[in-house]
Amino acid sequence: MSARKLPAPQPNPETQAFWDGLGEGVLRIKTCEACGKAHYYPRHICPHCGSAETRWLDTRGEGEIYSLSVMRRGDGAPFAVAYVTLDEGPALLTNLVADDLDALAIGQRVRLAPQARDAEAIGDGPSLPFFTPSGD
Amino acid sequence: MSLRNAACIAGAFEHPTRLAPDMTTPQLHAECAAGALADAGLSLRDVDGYFCATDAPGFGPISMIDYLGLTVRHTDSTEMGGCTYIQHVAHAAQAIAAGKCSVALITLAGRPRSEAVQRFRPGAPEAAFEQWVGLTNHTSYGMCAARHMHEHGTTSEQLAWIKVAASHHAQHNPHAMLPKVVTVEDVVNSPMIADPLHRLDCCVTTDGGGALVVVSPEIAKTLNRPVISLLGAGEATKGPAGGLGLDLTVSAAAQSGPRAFEEAGVTPADIKYASIYDSFTITVLLQLEDLGFCAKGKGGKFVADGNLISGTGKLPFNTDGGGLCNNHPMFRGGITKVIEAVRQLRGEAAPAVQVSNCDLAVATGIGGSLGARHGAATIILERQS
Repeated sequence: MSARKLPAPQPNPETQAFWDGLGEGVLRIKTCEACGKAHYYPRHICPHCGSAETRWLDTRGEGEIYSLSVMRRGDGAPFAVAYVTLDEGPALLTNLVADDLDALAIGQRVRLAPQARDAEAIGDGPSLPFFTPSGD
Repeated sequence: MSLRNAACIAGAFEHPTRLAPDMTTPQLHAECAAGALADAGLSLRDVDGYFCATDAPGFGPISMIDYLGLTVRHTDSTEMGGCTYIQHVAHAAQAIAAGKCSVALITLAGRPRSEAVQRFRPGAPEAAFEQWVGLTNHTSYGMCAARHMHEHGTTSEQLAWIKVAASHHAQHNPHAMLPKVVTVEDVVNSPMIADPLHRLDCCVTTDGGGALVVVSPEIAKTLNRPVISLLGAGEATKGPAGGLGLDLTVSAAAQSGPRAFEEAGVTPADIKYASIYDSFTITVLLQLEDLGFCAKGKGGKFVADGNLISGTGKLPFNTDGGGLCNNHPMFRGGITKVIEAVRQLRGEAAPAVQVSNCDLAVATGIGGSLGARHGAATIILERQS
């Protein structure tokens, strides 16, 4: 089975600061000055209230697993796809990196592990916001 | 404007092929169109409205209308994934009620087993945040099942009963891709694809297609076919909502279903037959709960012990074998859901699975990715006496 090909994200004017943050080891999301709610993935206009008064918020990069599914077939399998609910509120779709994927569970605490895969798999694109169990 | 009795389904056709290496996709659309129009007792010349989605090649309706030789005064290329064609029935009824057309043709076709097909348009705003994740439909729906199990104690064995029921029906369908009856043990012992979904929790992949003809009530009365009326319709979309609205145990059918039932003036308890979109077993379970056939969290108990099997269970579902065993053309099970509901209401289902006195049916579906952003469409159909 060949290695997984991870498509390189294409940063754009709405999201460049997110990818820049990951390069510095920071998971940066958007929050809204008008309604006070955070959101992910980042947008120029707040999806909760429609205000353009959004600003970047550096998260602590910690949260818990909301749900997960380990892909068992195809290139690069097995790998764990998951939603992680950040302590700042929003849930984000990610991959979980762990020595034992079968030990991962809903409710488990996880932390940001940017570029946890080897650079070869990621290629020349930006770092990716993977997560890993907090105890690791 | 209510859609109650605004239009009727006069023609329905499911292409018998499941593998079409020597055909073209436009040809499949045309054969489905011809089949549905013949079923209705109408011809291409009678069609004055055309409905298709992104499975239609080229420039959508502009390419297909010219290819098919249609002359229409109304087109609609609404796209909402696999449930689109259920939604098209409602949109056709809207157009008919507004006087924009009187004979609407809906087609779906594709050859995912025979050619590389493009399923997504590039440039989605979420793409940079999700493409590298490896969110296939398997992991997307797998996360829904995992969360439902976590919150409600649903088991793999309960999900397996949905496949078992579909297989009991498929054995009576000579065109079914998987006509063999399977057991709960067969399902849970099949290879794990994406936890907790096994291979037999997944639908088939098929070449093929289908078509529907939706007409005004006045025209329906002139045709030598049972009159199948639209009583109500609902549609909805749902997504992670900026990450604050994520709830993988509830689908958009929780909105589309009640809207359809309210318009129809009936309740789930009145339904004699249900076509429930079955891309995966979990897709069925969530929709049964969301439409109100059972309480949220009780879907596992509801589907167990053959409750969805025609003749023995309380709610006969997908009596053609569904997407799980019969057909899921172009990764899209919406049109086959409507077609089997029409067969049941006409009394034209396979005799072994025909529901007696079947005068009220629901067809409901999900389109897109249940674990991310998706749409839902629900219609209620009635046979006029």
